[in-house]
Amino acid sequence: MRLSVNGRDYDVDVEPEMPLLWVLRDELGITGPKYGCGIAQCGACTVHMGEVPVRSCSLRVGDVNGAIITIEGLGTPASMHAVQAAWVEHQVAQCGYCQSGQIMAAAALLAAQPNPSDEQIDAAMSANLCRCGTYPRIRLAVKTAAAKLKAA
Amino acid sequence: MANIAHVARVARRTFLIGTAVVAGGIAIGYVAYKRDPKNPLLDELRDGQSTLNPYVLIDSTGVTLITPRADLGQGAMSVQAALLAEEMDLAWGQFRTDPGPPAAAYYNGKIAAEGLPITATSDGFFARVGREMSEVIGKLMGLQLTGGSSTVADAFDRLRVAGAVARQLLLAAAAQQSGVPLAQLETRDGAVILPDGKTLPYSTLAATAATLNPPANVTLKPSEQWRLLGKPMQRLDIVAKSTGTAVYGIDLRFPGMVYATVRANPRLGGGIASFDAREAEKSKGVIKVVPLPNGFGVLANNTWRAFQASALVKPVWGAAPYPASSGALFASVAASFTADCRDSTLRNDGDVEAALSAPGAKTLQAEYRVPYLAHAPLEPMNAVVQLKDGRLDIWTGTQIPRFVVTAAAKLSGLHEKNIHLHAQISGGSFGRRLEDDYVQQSVLLAVAHPGVPIKMTWTREEDMTHDFPRPLGIARMRGAVQARQVHAYELSIASPSVTTSQMSRLGKSIPGPDVTIVAGAWDQPFAIPNYRVTGYRAPPTVPVSSWRSVGASGNGFLHECFLDELIHAAGADPLTERLRLCTHDPSKRVLQAVGDMAGWAAPLPKGRGRGLAYTLSFGVPAAEVVEVTMTAQGIRIDKVFVACEVGKVIDPVNFEAQVMGGVVWGLGHAINCELTYADGVPQQTNFNAYEGLRLYQTPQIIVKALQTTSDVKGIGEPAVPPAAPALANAIFAATGQRIRELPLNKHINFV
Repeated sequence: MRLSVNGRDYDVDVEPEMPLLWVLRDELGITGPKYGCGIAQCGACTVHMGEVPVRSCSLRVGDVNGAIITIEGLGTPASMHAVQAAWVEHQVAQCGYCQSGQIMAAAALLAAQPNPSDEQIDAAMSANLCRCGTYPRIRLAVKTAAAKLKAA
Repeated sequence: MANIAHVARVARRTFLIGTAVVAGGIAIGYVAYKRDPKNPLLDELRDGQSTLNPYVLIDSTGVTLITPRADLGQGAMSVQAALLAEEMDLAWGQFRTDPGPPAAAYYNGKIAAEGLPITATSDGFFARVGREMSEVIGKLMGLQLTGGSSTVADAFDRLRVAGAVARQLLLAAAAQQSGVPLAQLETRDGAVILPDGKTLPYSTLAATAATLNPPANVTLKPSEQWRLLGKPMQRLDIVAKSTGTAVYGIDLRFPGMVYATVRANPRLGGGIASFDAREAEKSKGVIKVVPLPNGFGVLANNTWRAFQASALVKPVWGAAPYPASSGALFASVAASFTADCRDSTLRNDGDVEAALSAPGAKTLQAEYRVPYLAHAPLEPMNAVVQLKDGRLDIWTGTQIPRFVVTAAAKLSGLHEKNIHLHAQISGGSFGRRLEDDYVQQSVLLAVAHPGVPIKMTWTREEDMTHDFPRPLGIARMRGAVQARQVHAYELSIASPSVTTSQMSRLGKSIPGPDVTIVAGAWDQPFAIPNYRVTGYRAPPTVPVSSWRSVGASGNGFLHECFLDELIHAAGADPLTERLRLCTHDPSKRVLQAVGDMAGWAAPLPKGRGRGLAYTLSFGVPAAEVVEVTMTAQGIRIDKVFVACEVGKVIDPVNFEAQVMGGVVWGLGHAINCELTYADGVPQQTNFNAYEGLRLYQTPQIIVKALQTTSDVKGIGEPAVPPAAPALANAIFAATGQRIRELPLNKHINFV
């Protein structure tokens, strides 16, 4: 099976039922996407398939039909995506475990909707749980990222 | 001016410096207390490395600061480094950090005081002695523990002194190496500056510095000279945590590593009679199935394959060793309001019975309930272990590293010196990692399958059903009002003992009453003329543990909601009456501040309401006002105002984050979380049934730190207890509906 992840092609030899998350983490060593619930309730495993945010814990690898981008492919410490830079600016993360998923959800939102309303931000970001309660800063960071992307 | 005295006190108390044992110490315990714990960094010092004290390691590439309190998300790593870097004159980020090895030198001198019946508002002789004893107990036990909102309070003096001592040694080394008198030397950005402007980086001075005697006294910077402390700092981990490059225990990968999961009896302590693993063993990728005392582990070549195979094992579990249903568990608590179960009456002012039975007294009574709650940090419990050539390595996130090593030694038969614990950052904890059950299971897997690294990961379902939850509780209240004032308040709380349950798993027994049963209730600074708080110790049932803000997590709700009922019955204003009753000036200021922030005096339109609650916990008074709107679809939480007093705020960015996070934690669980039991098993197995707050429900949260006292206190927990009662009181204000049970969504909808 051939997978495109972060612009690189991989051949993986796994059963098609294996969730994409575990192919990424245990087979390819890409550990930015996190395991939190396994049933698409927490969003910590969020990656992009094409332009769309997907919960990789609940997507069979056999059903992948587009290029996958994980948090590692969005930007790097030396070259951060605008959303990541906004997350740093507002110091959103506490434990940080959910933030890969939060950032991928926010990046997908802003790619589809560069000027999201408060309601659109709430709707798009409410599939991602944060047990530490960083939501107030997530709201601020999404707005900052939107402004940065528009200015770019 | 208080500075000199403060320095002297620091030097007496901290014992970082190599002081001689007091001659002919009165008792062994006293001598042991006075003796400095050994610097654990000396044991593993490599060529070219020097250590100046347990917190500072220097080699040719620079400085490593040791930050032994676990970073669970609360920013402990950054703030510990900041305390050291401030006094060492290191530029922010101009160093590495390391959690260090588990060691007695990293004892917690504050945590034991939480278990003592001393109010935070008391400054009497016994209170002061008690707090001093906490330092003694912590040191004698070598109690390295992260919890009780103690990290900043415990580290504030100790780490600054460690940094200052290191700086003095480096200065002395520079004087020796350069021949320039010490008085002419300065330090800046990790180097000693000579009068001619030449710089000597600490890395070139450390080897000499390590041979010198530490100074007998150091002077700490006055706060006006702080470069880092009290100012916004970028968390050291923030870039990594924003780019997916932070490595948690669950992310570790080693050559030859295998993957594992564990399933144990969800009836905790019920044991396993037998299991049939034939189908699982044939499952793709499975290496072996290992029996464990309460279940089994599955080793495979991929975590998901281990999960899949573990579901194929057919276990025969034992019955729950406690009442098997929520109804029976609550009944066990309800039956505990007896003289036999009475555990403490730490407050008993006036004459409650007389006040309640006085002719013409206007009385009311109520019963309240709080449920079991899971910690459910987002990173499920996990550990990487390897047993090879007589050496056991453990990589995991834990709040109790020395207990982990002790347990691992017992299970593996190895000496503690052959056990190496590598502390990892944690994806949340909220008290969960004060338990080491998941590490013990992993160690047993390593014993059964030595030679290779094993990464053991629990499924979310395993995590939810094998927590040691916050216990359930029932409160019975009676009260009387007269002349528009609260005249009598009797609060009786029955709950199983967290302290007994948790300490028994650490091999300790704590005598006396369990203060956590009444924490956040008995110790509130209100001069109600007739005021009694009694704790009843319900029989041990489900094993329980410390959950963010521990006893106060439920008791804040119990105390503050019925106080609100009494105030309303008296026809008084919730803020004015609390201010009238309050005997503690910082608490009064906190109440006044939150009232001002919320515009308490200005009325709200019909259908909206404000609720106030106040809890003193972990020495921190915190008051919150919640504003809600009753919509056609249910309650919407609009705003939360929080005022608290921690004294000096050391790390303002994390301070605000912890307060907001505490509010979200308190509100989310109050709205929709509980663990219920059927057949001895928790019925909520994942986040679909245990949601907490999501972003769309999150109110605007406005935070204020008063900074009007000279204390330094922790804020990881104190914002939690007032959130639930402030919300319930707001719902009453908006709707007239008084809800006396959590979670609130059993009685009202939320939008």
